Amino acid sequence: MNASVTVNSAEASANTNGASLLQVSDLHTSFSVQAGEVKAVRGVSFSLDQGKTLGVVGESGSGKTVLARSIMRLNLGDNVNTSGSAVFEGKELLASTMSEMQTLWGNEVAMVFQDPMTSLNPLVKVGRQVTEHVRHHLGASKAEAKALAIDLLKEVRIPEPESRLNAYPHELSGGMRQRICIAIALACEPTLLFADEPTTALDVTVQHQILNLLNREQQERHMAMILITHDLGVVAGRTDEIMVMYAGNVVEQAPTAALFADMQHPYTEALLRSIPRTTQRSHTRLAAIAGRPPDLIDPPSGCAFSPRCPYVQPKCREETPPLQATDNSGHKSACWFPVGTPENKEAFEKNLAARLPQTMSVAEGAMVNTEMLQEKVATQEERN
Amino acid sequence: MAGSGKAHLRPEGDALVSVEDLVVEYPVAGGNTVKAVSGISFDIKRGETLGLVGESGCGKSTTGRALIQLPSPTSGAVRYNLVDLTKLSAEAMRRRRTDLQMIFQDPISSLNPRREVGEIVAEPLSVWGPKNKEKQKVLVDEMLNAVGIDPDVARNKRPHEFSGGQCQRISIARSLVLEPEVLICDEPVSALDVSVQAQILNLLEDLKKKYNLTLIFIAHDLAVVKNISDRVAVMYLGKICEVAGSDELYENPAHPYTQLLLDSSPEPDPTVVLDRSDTSSGELPSPINPPSGCRFRTRCPLADDICSSQEPQMQEVGQNHFVACHHPLIKVAEAPAADPAWTEA
Repeated sequence: MNASVTVNSAEASANTNGASLLQVSDLHTSFSVQAGEVKAVRGVSFSLDQGKTLGVVGESGSGKTVLARSIMRLNLGDNVNTSGSAVFEGKELLASTMSEMQTLWGNEVAMVFQDPMTSLNPLVKVGRQVTEHVRHHLGASKAEAKALAIDLLKEVRIPEPESRLNAYPHELSGGMRQRICIAIALACEPTLLFADEPTTALDVTVQHQILNLLNREQQERHMAMILITHDLGVVAGRTDEIMVMYAGNVVEQAPTAALFADMQHPYTEALLRSIPRTTQRSHTRLAAIAGRPPDLIDPPSGCAFSPRCPYVQPKCREETPPLQATDNSGHKSACWFPVGTPENKEAFEKNLAARLPQTMSVAEGAMVNTEMLQEKVATQEERN
Repeated sequence: MAGSGKAHLRPEGDALVSVEDLVVEYPVAGGNTVKAVSGISFDIKRGETLGLVGESGCGKSTTGRALIQLPSPTSGAVRYNLVDLTKLSAEAMRRRRTDLQMIFQDPISSLNPRREVGEIVAEPLSVWGPKNKEKQKVLVDEMLNAVGIDPDVARNKRPHEFSGGQCQRISIARSLVLEPEVLICDEPVSALDVSVQAQILNLLEDLKKKYNLTLIFIAHDLAVVKNISDRVAVMYLGKICEVAGSDELYENPAHPYTQLLLDSSPEPDPTVVLDRSDTSSGELPSPINPPSGCRFRTRCPLADDICSSQEPQMQEVGQNHFVACHHPLIKVAEAPAADPAWTEA
């Protein structure tokens, strides 16, 4: 891998004093392509403690996968530029050589990918895939590796583990394959696990089981986990902290309960509002987010969400809001007019008066739903 | 679940589409048969949206395809406007398909990458509509506008220049350009981001009103199905477990499988208490050799002897709410006259 990596050494040395397992500061990753420079991650900082779970949420193209792969140093190719710092257990990952990374991969940091079919080798039996790196890293003998593989498959709740060792991936269902991928990731007892959309390809019932499995393993092993997903429903109730990404930036970061109780960024609010819920009446008008995510070759000036934001003001288009703490609970957001403040309400009314399309659609959506609700209440009363 | 029976069918004549005892089986290597759909019945009124929900492999897509005879079902009847489509000749069916159109899960691969958007949307017209290019262009432009795509920008572009959500809009335009009566949507939003998913769901609701469509909406996401459907049928391993109005179904699930699906559905609310069990017993049995009696019994917490020996029949448990289960989670309010399966349970 010839990717260029620039390390901010001053920050890197400062971070080694911190007690965090992983400390990422001002991470940037971009890809040079013919049309220009695709700025996929634009200055992300966060820290993660041992045994904690961080959820990273955002739409496709928000940079969440690139962020994980940058920290893991898995972005291959000579057109990748990474800068900033990612310190793991006191070690600067971005300055590590590939052979140093090889001793970490699977051993200290591991990853579970989205598609369990393509992340397994179709020509190799499951048993060998589960223990390949155990033999490599820990120097286990064949017999030891086999015993360990059986234990692991039992642990990820695969029935009849002895016979499954001789199965090929295509002989297993999607959920079973993802369990195998998790077993592989856990084999060397890593201290940090990245789970990149681990359940997106699976059915709801299987998704539920796999998330429970990841949660249990994470707690039993006191492992840190970064759970990447586009679904706020997946991270609610399963993470300690959530980081919402948009166009390569973190727009809001907070302890899970605080984030859902008090959303501050309009993007987080919009994301939550656009999800249909089983608790809503049928035919509830969904609040879709107008427009599309921005072009990352030439991102908009100011706040990247401003072209789609119902509260947008001239200031938003000119100045980029910093990610800053709003109280001392660790809740941070990057918005000039955070949701729930009087300034935000004022901005909304101003935009409504100016008939801004995205503001109108939010207001209309709310109106349609209230009307529907009133109609339903009325018909119910009539019946009674 | 996994029961048979037709108690949930409404009087003939009310339904635009009605399916009775639909069976779809595929031969596989070793002389076995995959029983993809095993005798299901349902009906859809004009202007109604029926949601078909279930896990992968439950036969919901197969059912959708069998409706338009792609391929024809192994047995059973599919009546559209009282005409049995399974009895039509290939040519008569080809003519009839203009009334029944379909949109698919992957919006990008369902559009030909080498054709321009204008041609893609005009193709159904070249077969069945006006052959005059000018007239076609008017219809195509109108339809692209209806799905929220600017025809002047899009007409001469190819699918790769659009995002997934836009490609799905183009697919919808293509399926509606012949003004069909019935639109079968096979997982139309599962490949899309949540924000785009909301746009497409709203669009389908709008188009349904505008063009008086009858929708069959196939999906695995319960929240999505609830949002768009008037009536929902829950499928499991080629059978229907439960049929009810969508609000009723989610408020009072009667089938243990519906309950399982609801419990697994992730709610974006951290205060919801999660069931933390992670056993892998939740695997779908093989459709080559499905369990006897109730097909859900191998995963059902309430299963007992009767479930393995006797297949449950559809019975009414509430107003317009039907379930095929020996041990429904809600008891029959006004007990319907002795149903043998029920009295034994």
